[in-house]
Amino acid sequence: MGLKLKQSYHHSAVAVKVNEQMGTKRGYTFIQSNRAWLPKFLLLWVMVMAFLSTWIYKKMDADNKVRRKEVLSTMCEQRARMLQDQFSVSVNHVHALAILVSTFHYYKDSSAIDQETFAEYTARTAFERPLLSGVAYAERVRHSEREKFERQHGWTIKTMKREPSPIRDEYAPVIFSQETVSYIESLDMMSGEEDRENILRARATGKAVLTSPFRLLGSHHLGVVLTFPVYKSKLPPNPTVEERIEATAGYLGGAFDVESLVENLLGQLAGNQAILVNVYDITNSSDHLIMYGNQNQEGDLALLHESKLDFGDPFRKHQMICRYHQKAPTSWTALTTAFLFFVICLLVGYILYGAAIHIVKVEDDFHEMQELMVRAEAADVAKSQFLATVSHEIRTPMNGILGMLALLLDTDLSSTQRDYAQTAQACGKALIALINEVLDRAKIEAGKLELENVPFDLRSILDDVLSLFSEKSRKKGLELAVFVSDKVPEMVMGDPGRFRQIITNLVGNSVKFTERGHILVKVHVAENPKPIDDAKAETCLNGGLDEGALISGGRQFNTLSGYEAADEQNSWDSFQHLVTAEALQNDASVRMTDADEAFQSVTLMVSVEDTGIGIPLIAQDRVFMPFMQADSSTSRNYGGTGIGLSITKCLVELMGGHISFISRPQVGSTFSFTTAFGRCKKASLSDTKKSNAEDLPSGFRGLKAIVVDGKPVRAAVTRYHLKRLGMLVEVANNVKIAASACGKNGSSYGSKIQPDIVLVEKDSWLSGEDGSLSLRMLDCKQNGFKLPKMILLATNITNAELEGAKAAGFADTTIMKPLRASMVAACLQQVLGTGKKRQPGKGILNGSSVLGSLLCGKKILVVDDNMVNRRVAAGALKKFGAAVECAESGKTALKLLQLPHSFDACFMDIQMPEMDGFEATRRIRMMESQANEQMNGGADEGSGRKDEWHLPILAMTADVIHATYEECLKCGMDGYVSKPFEEENLYQAVAKFFKTKPISDS
Amino acid sequence: MLGLAADRLRADTNRLLAFLFHQGILDEQFLQLQQLEDESSPNFVSEVVNIYFHESEKLLRNLRSLLMDRELSDYNKMGIHLNQFMGSSSSIGAKRIRNVCVAFRAASEQNNRAGCLRALELLEHEYCFLKNKLHELFQIQQQRVLAAGVRYPMQN
Repeated sequence: MGLKLKQSYHHSAVAVKVNEQMGTKRGYTFIQSNRAWLPKFLLLWVMVMAFLSTWIYKKMDADNKVRRKEVLSTMCEQRARMLQDQFSVSVNHVHALAILVSTFHYYKDSSAIDQETFAEYTARTAFERPLLSGVAYAERVRHSEREKFERQHGWTIKTMKREPSPIRDEYAPVIFSQETVSYIESLDMMSGEEDRENILRARATGKAVLTSPFRLLGSHHLGVVLTFPVYKSKLPPNPTVEERIEATAGYLGGAFDVESLVENLLGQLAGNQAILVNVYDITNSSDHLIMYGNQNQEGDLALLHESKLDFGDPFRKHQMICRYHQKAPTSWTALTTAFLFFVICLLVGYILYGAAIHIVKVEDDFHEMQELMVRAEAADVAKSQFLATVSHEIRTPMNGILGMLALLLDTDLSSTQRDYAQTAQACGKALIALINEVLDRAKIEAGKLELENVPFDLRSILDDVLSLFSEKSRKKGLELAVFVSDKVPEMVMGDPGRFRQIITNLVGNSVKFTERGHILVKVHVAENPKPIDDAKAETCLNGGLDEGALISGGRQFNTLSGYEAADEQNSWDSFQHLVTAEALQNDASVRMTDADEAFQSVTLMVSVEDTGIGIPLIAQDRVFMPFMQADSSTSRNYGGTGIGLSITKCLVELMGGHISFISRPQVGSTFSFTTAFGRCKKASLSDTKKSNAEDLPSGFRGLKAIVVDGKPVRAAVTRYHLKRLGMLVEVANNVKIAASACGKNGSSYGSKIQPDIVLVEKDSWLSGEDGSLSLRMLDCKQNGFKLPKMILLATNITNAELEGAKAAGFADTTIMKPLRASMVAACLQQVLGTGKKRQPGKGILNGSSVLGSLLCGKKILVVDDNMVNRRVAAGALKKFGAAVECAESGKTALKLLQLPHSFDACFMDIQMPEMDGFEATRRIRMMESQANEQMNGGADEGSGRKDEWHLPILAMTADVIHATYEECLKCGMDGYVSKPFEEENLYQAVAKFFKTKPISDS
Repeated sequence: MLGLAADRLRADTNRLLAFLFHQGILDEQFLQLQQLEDESSPNFVSEVVNIYFHESEKLLRNLRSLLMDRELSDYNKMGIHLNQFMGSSSSIGAKRIRNVCVAFRAASEQNNRAGCLRALELLEHEYCFLKNKLHELFQIQQQRVLAAGVRYPMQN
């Protein structure tokens, strides 16, 4: 039990946890909480319903019985009344007969009635006495009168047994009789026990009396005899018994053949078969004598009805008992009703029970699923964390391997060895790139990747990416270009590193899979897209230009390189629209930017278009799945793991955008994505702009240039780069137009464009007749105008071509594509001779030199208790040109770092006696925040220092476990370098704040 | 003749270093250290290594006294010393010593006196070995510098 309790507690604890994790407050339902009671509920329900149906049955049955009883009593009463009525009618008639006899037999002097008359009369009035089998009259004969009487009638008085009567006081021989009972003539009625008694009683009371039932003579049916006295003289009112006896002259008697008569009577009534009727003489209450009916108790004994019968004889009592012939039939209706009711209720109960069970089951399943889901998510997070940790752990030794390989390559090696080492290094680099990608993905999945939000220049990042791939694309002969719409703000807030990663990934893919044609990166604002027909109208306006391109290109497409691109929507039509729309909106742009200031963010639409091999249709739906490549041959032919796009997708989604692509096999692919960047506030813009490393020179502002290019898209790209330098750009479709513009300019239009520079695309130059161009140029020169600088634009160029170009007048320079604003600027500087100082070399990306430039002249404090370590760290930093000072403990460091100090950074060992690195950092930060508060309180502007005190502190640690890193950040450190110093590691850590943060102490 | 000697010396250096790396006595950190040596600090490596020897001898002495001093050794303090030792060893790339330190520290954390003693013996042995080898190395380098010094005027 205890265990069970514990289990249930545990279960609920889990459930609560699940609820909490779901973030919803969800109680258990009634059913769920009473799940154990469900079978009991069902049982209770069944029992209640059984009880109820029994009750219904009983009730209906009782109703039936009552009705039955009522029916019985009604029928019984009816029969009794009827019998009684008939009986009294008969009795009345016998009474009348008695009066008749007395009137005509005794009051007349000579009797008016003889046997014949009596027989006739009674026979004819027999219908009046249906219950009487016959009537007879017996005269009272005293023993003294017997002889006279016998003589007079001519027969002797006989007893019932037809023997001559023995001597008695009195006789009552029958003298008149109905024909039906003629056999009793001359029989002495006094000889029968019942008759005698009857006679005596009748003459004493003067009323009709009845015998108890007995078997009648002749018929042997049960019957009773009715006896009526006939008096000789009129009786006085209220006569005494003696007077009556004295006055008695004879007796009129009738036999009721009760059995047959009642049978007859009942036969006339309906429902005769249904009930059983018994008639009893109950004069003797202890011994009921049956008058009618079967003595054997048959029929339904349970139910009987008694009805009193009054046959007019006060001395005798009769009753009628009725029974049903058959027992009460089983009430099928009631039974069926009750049974059906029970069954229905049972089914309803079962359905409810089933539903409840189902609900419980579903809810249980739901909870289980929820729990499983939570566990699965936890497992997923754990997996990602594991990946992150493991790849990090792998990366550390990998760096060692790569470093060693680099060192190895610096040593004297034979060519074979060098080859091996270089192969190993390339493999190692590939491996570390893969690990970095896996780490990225794992970080994204683990939700650990946090995006920065710093202002950056989107255009320069795109230029950087382009420069990365310029070598490769040039080798393949691809046109690689970038175009950024004017409406895209110069500086945006976002994560430049991740944005660069996305672009690098997409462009890298494109470069990898493209063998001919072009790769174009386009950025424009995704808001307020113009309808297509508008764009169409614009292209009509520029129809001439379009046409020319089509004619000259033949089967060419209006794309960058003339090859077909996958996304036609993305090609010239929309591009043209983009350009012209911008031109139209130039005047409105002031208002626009004002309006845009209101928005906090700007959504950019970036698309990378290539004319590569495309993605097979079947593979298109799993392009963004990790480790999925179009097919297995892809990795064989082109390398790569297929994780890049999935990371890109993750990154884009993290940046609040959406990535999609259109691809046609053998035609090309266009990946486009949207991202949301924050807008820079104007105030911060000027600050950050200053710090921006790659500032474009402003020396070209106002210069005029003509771009000669047959392909409008390419021309637009060139124009975009030149515009960024502040130049005014015209596009000419071919050399002739450009030359004529030049010439016209010389002759008549002074106010029109006077180009300082003419940039000619190599294709245009080759297609156009070079002779004419140089001729025109010569013309220009002769007209005395300043000769525009001629520059050739080329993707790749052979030496022979170069010579040709020089001969044709492109003596000035050749700009190799892909174009970048900074590179164009450098070339132009060279050509125009305006640039005095060269931009500090951004071209060669050598680790140590960069690190040297980063650290050069910086004053750095190294805090370590270990003298050897201190010395090594100092040596390493000094090598990069930093001025290093050392402190051997946290306390010394604190002393040295008393504000104001002149250190640019601090490398802090973590494990130190007395005061460890964390504690020291905490104290330094405390000091700084106090100083900052004071400064803000006092003269905040006057000091001229806008930045607050914040010394970059880097932890030096031998173990780079993640937890340690987090603790470093927690106590206010800016980063960490692993100890012993590795160049790359150091560079990464240092670059983070020496690049993005301007020099804080100057 | 002199050029030949220089070549021989460099070959000796390389051989010695290769041996040290092969035996796992030194690791790549020592190479990093050598790279830090340039015109501004010509004797950087030997300077650092000398500091290392100085510190290490002090530490070894302390460790031995801690272990020998009394029955109940102060393992905590021993751990601090070992951390120091480990840090400096990994800084100069003395890999084998560092590994012994790790074992030593594990023994000290378990208060395993016998293990500590064994580790100390080993540590002292390794330390002597390394010291000898590095001295040898520096000697060769010294000769190289001398040889180079002789060669300079000849080139000019």
